[in-house]
Amino acid sequence: MADQKASTSIEAVESGLAAQGYIASRQIATAVYLSQQIEKPILVEGPAGVGKTELAKAIAAWRGMKMIRLQCYEGLDEAKALYEWKYAKQLLYTQILKDKLGEVLGGAQTLHAALAQLHDFGDVFFSKEFVEPRPLLQALEQPGGCVLLIDEIDKSDAEFESLLLEILSDFQVTIPELGTVSAITPPTVILTSNSERDLGDALKRRCLHLHIGFPEQRLEERIVESRVPGISQALRRQMVGFIHEIRSLDLKKLPSVSETIDWARVLVLLQAAELDTDIVKDTLNVLLKYEADIEAASPQVTSFIAKAARSNVFG
Amino acid sequence: MRENLHRFFRAARGVGVHVSPAESIDAMRAVAQVGISDRAVLRDALLLTLAKSKDEKLALGDCFDLFFSQPEPRQDQAEATDDDASQDMDQSPASSSASEPGEGQPPEGLGPLAQMLLSQDRNAIAAAIASASGAASLSEIRYSTQRGIFSSRILDAMGLQRLRDDLDQLTATNPALAERLRAALDALREAVRDTVAQGLALYAREEAENLRNEILRNAPLARIERRQVAEMRALIRQIARRLRERYSKPRKRQRRGHLDVRRTLRRNAAWGGVPFLTAWKRKHRDRPKIVALCDVSGSVAQVSDFFLLLIHSLHEVVDDVRSFAFSSHLIEVSDILEAKSPEEAMAEIMSKVGFGSSDYGSSLVDFEKDFMSALTPQTTVIVLGDARSNNLEPRADILRRISERSKRLVWLNPEGRLAWGFGDSEMPRYATFCSVVRQCATAQQLERAVSDIVATYQ
Repeated sequence: MADQKASTSIEAVESGLAAQGYIASRQIATAVYLSQQIEKPILVEGPAGVGKTELAKAIAAWRGMKMIRLQCYEGLDEAKALYEWKYAKQLLYTQILKDKLGEVLGGAQTLHAALAQLHDFGDVFFSKEFVEPRPLLQALEQPGGCVLLIDEIDKSDAEFESLLLEILSDFQVTIPELGTVSAITPPTVILTSNSERDLGDALKRRCLHLHIGFPEQRLEERIVESRVPGISQALRRQMVGFIHEIRSLDLKKLPSVSETIDWARVLVLLQAAELDTDIVKDTLNVLLKYEADIEAASPQVTSFIAKAARSNVFG
Repeated sequence: MRENLHRFFRAARGVGVHVSPAESIDAMRAVAQVGISDRAVLRDALLLTLAKSKDEKLALGDCFDLFFSQPEPRQDQAEATDDDASQDMDQSPASSSASEPGEGQPPEGLGPLAQMLLSQDRNAIAAAIASASGAASLSEIRYSTQRGIFSSRILDAMGLQRLRDDLDQLTATNPALAERLRAALDALREAVRDTVAQGLALYAREEAENLRNEILRNAPLARIERRQVAEMRALIRQIARRLRERYSKPRKRQRRGHLDVRRTLRRNAAWGGVPFLTAWKRKHRDRPKIVALCDVSGSVAQVSDFFLLLIHSLHEVVDDVRSFAFSSHLIEVSDILEAKSPEEAMAEIMSKVGFGSSDYGSSLVDFEKDFMSALTPQTTVIVLGDARSNNLEPRADILRRISERSKRLVWLNPEGRLAWGFGDSEMPRYATFCSVVRQCATAQQLERAVSDIVATYQ
């Protein structure tokens, strides 16, 4: 690859992402490294808020590339994702053409001669000038390469997946009227999915499959450390321990990394030195997003704090 | 390593991870990038390229751990302690013992295997077992009954014949050494047995599982043995899940189809035909409407269990389903199926109307009386039952009216065609009013039937 910042080793990826504030686990770093080396997109699955989208942002920031984002939703189609014809411009063009038709056909005497002249006349109606590139086409046209984030692919329709297949395997698209547009520099493609719908085999086959779950305690502490610098080590360890206890409950929505970071910020803001029952109960709504979840967790708070403190001593 | 990777792909298929040639190429490329020295990174790379879901990752991770944990050949305890450290790890099996000084110096003229065993070179033995397993194509092992054959094949490939001769000879000349060799051979046999057992665990799972599923898939539902019922349920649930994946999302075809030229021109007449407003053709599609009538009487009790399970999954696939269950009279069970888990729903339905003697006539009367309005020209009616009405009036006339009011009438009968019309079977009389009549006795037929029904609406 032309990019001099191309990942040279798994460790380089890890430190590069860390410099952007993204603490990657070994699996994540391996995936990013491999996707560079064998030029394959990464399909990232996992619960909401574990840093799937962040990963794409971090890669873009680290490698100094533009990030192009395509947010998927039900009903997303070619015209919004790939390209569209500029209808208004095309209409104008036909109007101008009508006016100029006399000049073009000039001295043609017979119908036959006029037709022959029309044939020689270059038609720009379906040409690059009239194409409005949408995110996917834009990504292919970036001369320096880019990070293409196709976010929440599981929200799109099954048909849309098939549209992606050509881009994902060959980094090119075919526009019927124009021919094939190939990427100048193959983009780094990250697809994210919350597994709301099972994706097609054809799509999965073209990607490296990375599952990001909730991080291990140590890793999560490091993430908090890098994102919320003001927090003391003791509190950090305690709150991450507490969250790991919460995740063992059967809740509607388990708190994920983004909630951990939010909570850490809140605790710093409240100038908490350590967790106690009151402060946890007051701020539980930062972690849990459903009334029923808060009710389920509330009675456990005291014992969870104690447990987190205990693991502190041994850990 | 190449060979090893290929064997690993086979093992991966064994645990249910789909590894196509293209995927194996990806994996090879990935491995070429990361190298094989770091086991953890190798594991990550293979998991990234091969596994396509969380479950597959778990299965493949276990498979990887099993695959790359070579069983150590067992050592003669007394000997192992004193010359273990002095072994040169990289020596080839043939030369390792020859260059070994020390008190255990085996006499000249022994075969390579005997020398290797006496020299206690653990690595060499492990390597020899591995290469002999390759020669005996251990990855072909399929059934546990083949264990003996593969063990002896591997031992033969290692040169057991020569070892036997050596043993005979040694017993005469050097009984103490022969004794040691015999003990080492026993340990070797054990190690080979472990290797074969591991091979079986790795490579045979695929076949065993496929075979079992294949048999179940084609086994008549009515004759499933008690111990298979749970597996059958799992299989039907698998089928239901597949149907759901295929059909559940109301696929919004591109709502905007082609440009409707005529309407566009008409709408823009005011601007001299310059198309400011465009009109698009919309695709019209039927929404699936299904009415299912399920016989839960005693004669089809075991099959109706599975029928209900499938109807339950229909409720998840299709929005507009109304289900009815009957034996001697008919009730609507849509709410039960929608609100409860399959097991609870089935138990409740069976307790309400199940196990009676079937009376198709009066059940049809019940349906016509209360639910005829559920039928529209878009409805597909599915009847699941054996059409055995205990010689009571079949009321085929009601079925005719049902058929006339609906789009299609599909009858799925668990009995074979040969049985239709014999005894109290009213199938031929009912069949005249059905759009489709199918035998539906195995899980596979069940899947095809339901898939066809849902597919007509897609």
